Amino acid sequence: MSAEPTEQPPHVSAQVFLDGIVAAVRSVFFYVLVGNYLGLGALAHEVGFSFWWMALSTLLVWAAPAQVILVSTLHTAALFEVALAVTLSSVRFLPMVAAILPMMRRPGVRQRDLLLPMHLTAISVWVEGMRLLPLMPAERRIAFYNGLGVGLMSAALIGGAIGFVLAAKLPPLLAAALLFFTPMAILMSSARNSRTLIDGLAFALGLVVGPVVAAQKIGLDLMWTGLIAGTVAYAVHRLREARRRGTS
Amino acid sequence: MSAELQSYLILIVVGFLPSEVWRWLGIALGRGLDEQSEIILWVRGVATALVAAVVARIILIPPGALAGVALSVRIAALAIGFFAFLFIRRSAFAGVLAGEAALIAGALAFGG
Repeated sequence: MSAEPTEQPPHVSAQVFLDGIVAAVRSVFFYVLVGNYLGLGALAHEVGFSFWWMALSTLLVWAAPAQVILVSTLHTAALFEVALAVTLSSVRFLPMVAAILPMMRRPGVRQRDLLLPMHLTAISVWVEGMRLLPLMPAERRIAFYNGLGVGLMSAALIGGAIGFVLAAKLPPLLAAALLFFTPMAILMSSARNSRTLIDGLAFALGLVVGPVVAAQKIGLDLMWTGLIAGTVAYAVHRLREARRRGTS
Repeated sequence: MSAELQSYLILIVVGFLPSEVWRWLGIALGRGLDEQSEIILWVRGVATALVAAVVARIILIPPGALAGVALSVRIAALAIGFFAFLFIRRSAFAGVLAGEAALIAGALAFGG
């Protein structure tokens, strides 16, 4: 036998990849992403980035919070501060990647085969992947996940492009409503994803501490807000845990 | 270097690399990482607060056309959207819809 028994013929891989794209279009996240990126595309237009810059930022960064930080601060903040804020907002990828990788690793899979699926990992793709991958044989998972990721990323690209073009053409009030979509969507997804006291408290404190720190004009205000509000939220969580353990 | 080329270079150095490095680290470290570990919980708090600060910034120092809507209307619309989310079955869709409706109604009623 010349071929590895577990190796997929190319046409099977292509079919599985297409299945992944179909799963993406069927996912509710597809439509959520179009909506989210409508606002982000409009934002990029208003701040003065080019159409292709916006599209490339989706392809390369593929993380809505990081892209919102990039687009809304790049023209006003120091590059170092922007990079720091982006990296802090993307730390979540580390545990996410570590959690989903074991489903794709098997003998014969090289590290570089994992680079594309891991680049495609964002919250939406990850949530659907964690749900769907266990349902299929291990040798099909990478191709399927790649299709899922490409499908969902397309939704973001489409939304971003439409938002960018619309921002230029809409009357001011509707353009304002389009721009308002981004803070609204972040607020909603943060509220929905907040599973612990830390999440909710950190967000609420960040809303209040942010403007206060910014008013001090000490610079790096995103970072300071994150550190102050995030640490306070974490400390409250620790105190509560300690008290619960003390009384039980 | 042209401004256009420079903006792409900045995108890679300030946007792509600082974000992508965590995905690479995730591949390198693989398993053996607890999502509930104390350091991850703290980092999640910091990241969440940071994103909240970005929301506050967009509301307080809005870009482009959004600046044409009064500050009080922007803040009230955000609050109305959040309460709609809380009271209408924690539906993000209802929240966004209510917030957007409040923004447009407020801007029409109280002027831009």
